[in-house]
Amino acid sequence: MLCDICGKNPATVHLTEIIDDQMSELHLCEECAHQKSLQMEQQFGLSDLLAGLVEFEKPVKDTEPVGVKCSSCGLSYADFKKIGRLGCGECYNAFRKYLGVLLKKIHGSNQHVGKSPLKVTKVLKKKIDLQELRRRLQQAIEMEAFEEAAKIRDQLRELEKKSAQGDNEAKE
Amino acid sequence: MELNDLLNHTSEWLKDTGPHADIVLSSRIRLARNLDKVPFPHWANKKQSEQALKTINEALVNVEFLKKALFLKLADLDSIDKQFLVERHLMSLEHAQRTDHKAVVIDEEERVAIMVNEEDHIRMQYMQSGFNLFDAWNNINKIDDSLANELHFAFLSDWGYLTACPTNAGTGMRGSVMLHLPALVMSGQINRVLAALAKLSFTTRGLYGEGTQATGNFFQVSNQVSLGHGEGEIIENINGIINQIITQENQARETMLARNKAALEDKINRSLGILKSAHIITSQETIELLSMVRLGCDLGMIKELNRRTINELFIITQPAHLQKIENKKLSAQERDVKRAELIRNKLMM
Ligand SMILES: [Zn+2]
Ligand SMILES: [Zn+2]
Repeated sequence: MLCDICGKNPATVHLTEIIDDQMSELHLCEECAHQKSLQMEQQFGLSDLLAGLVEFEKPVKDTEPVGVKCSSCGLSYADFKKIGRLGCGECYNAFRKYLGVLLKKIHGSNQHVGKSPLKVTKVLKKKIDLQELRRRLQQAIEMEAFEEAAKIRDQLRELEKKSAQGDNEAKE
Repeated sequence: MELNDLLNHTSEWLKDTGPHADIVLSSRIRLARNLDKVPFPHWANKKQSEQALKTINEALVNVEFLKKALFLKLADLDSIDKQFLVERHLMSLEHAQRTDHKAVVIDEEERVAIMVNEEDHIRMQYMQSGFNLFDAWNNINKIDDSLANELHFAFLSDWGYLTACPTNAGTGMRGSVMLHLPALVMSGQINRVLAALAKLSFTTRGLYGEGTQATGNFFQVSNQVSLGHGEGEIIENINGIINQIITQENQARETMLARNKAALEDKINRSLGILKSAHIITSQETIELLSMVRLGCDLGMIKELNRRTINELFIITQPAHLQKIENKKLSAQERDVKRAELIRNKLMM
């Protein structure tokens, strides 16, 4: 989430205000929060909290190519700078060079180490296929359809072999 | 299940059942996910948004956990209903504001809430009582797995899950806990704690009222960094800092008891007295007084009430809840009267 005031920096200070029973939210970056704290000098906690936040970096002068566009969704880098949001997943590839720097600035890293949907899908799909084949094998045996059962057993062996290889690949 | 059924239901996170439920009201894990090759909600045209909503809905109905869930299209809800869901922490204020092609899906115990077409295509949360982030993660992780079987998520192996705002990229995960820290506030130590949290890259949300006072001594702490650390590591980091804050709050409580027990007991019981006898009360004053009464329960000074009742009162005294209970639109003045009446009734039982 980016700052509600400048729209440039990540919002790190979040305020919920209740005015006349109506809730509203304000999301600020450190810089804007600091400026706002001057207005809210008396407000509880805030000025002290924000005093701890003054050591922020001044953004580096723009050298980004504002004209570059994502071929998938049409969003330009200038659009991104203006609205603070990307247009689609492909934008990350389109602006890769600049986003790598930005991600590092925001997160202190630009290397993902968490969960991945690809492994989950593959592994889970194999599991489901295996279960399905075992179920069909059982059924064939019960119905004494031995030719069919032999075929399924071969498929099952093939898949189990692949699955074992897949597991080894995943470990590497 | 229907929306109005929630009115007679206690959300899982208010039940006061989890670990450290005195200081940690609730724990929540939220994951952001987007469909591959589909523009993010703010950049999508009408047709793309409609299609995304349809695709995601079809995947959600197949999730075992959501068998009895409530599927709501925001376009079908009036403003009180939307505010009602925000007050119950089932969706964000932002989600309630622009409602085209948006939906929210809520399981029957109000543990899971999934926003469709908010800032990202999917924002799913698991929320429960007490200090329990790993448990919440395990549960939402399973739901994410079943969705990943049906949907193709925008993902890069080096940058993780791709989100509309780069501040959420990577795990797409936010873990947050809602803390009740009356003793740290009253003893003036809270600023130090909040400053330390900010320095350690945690985000803190306070509930600020109209005036210059913090309201209700509630603070929501969450991780700011979502890329470069695994989900488990992020949760361990939050747990580490929250354990320290719990210890400090407990120490502050002990110090207050040792120094001036009578003054504290006086303040707590006066708060209960006002709640039991007021005929006009604002939501801000309600939250402040309930916070004191809640502390009284923690310290064994108030025995006639349990924390679950108090937790519920925080929510049902809010504007949209009052209007749903009364089943009509109420002005702010009318709400203050109805609120006082509701509280008196609850506390007399
Ligand atoms: Zn700003
Ligand atoms: Zn794009």
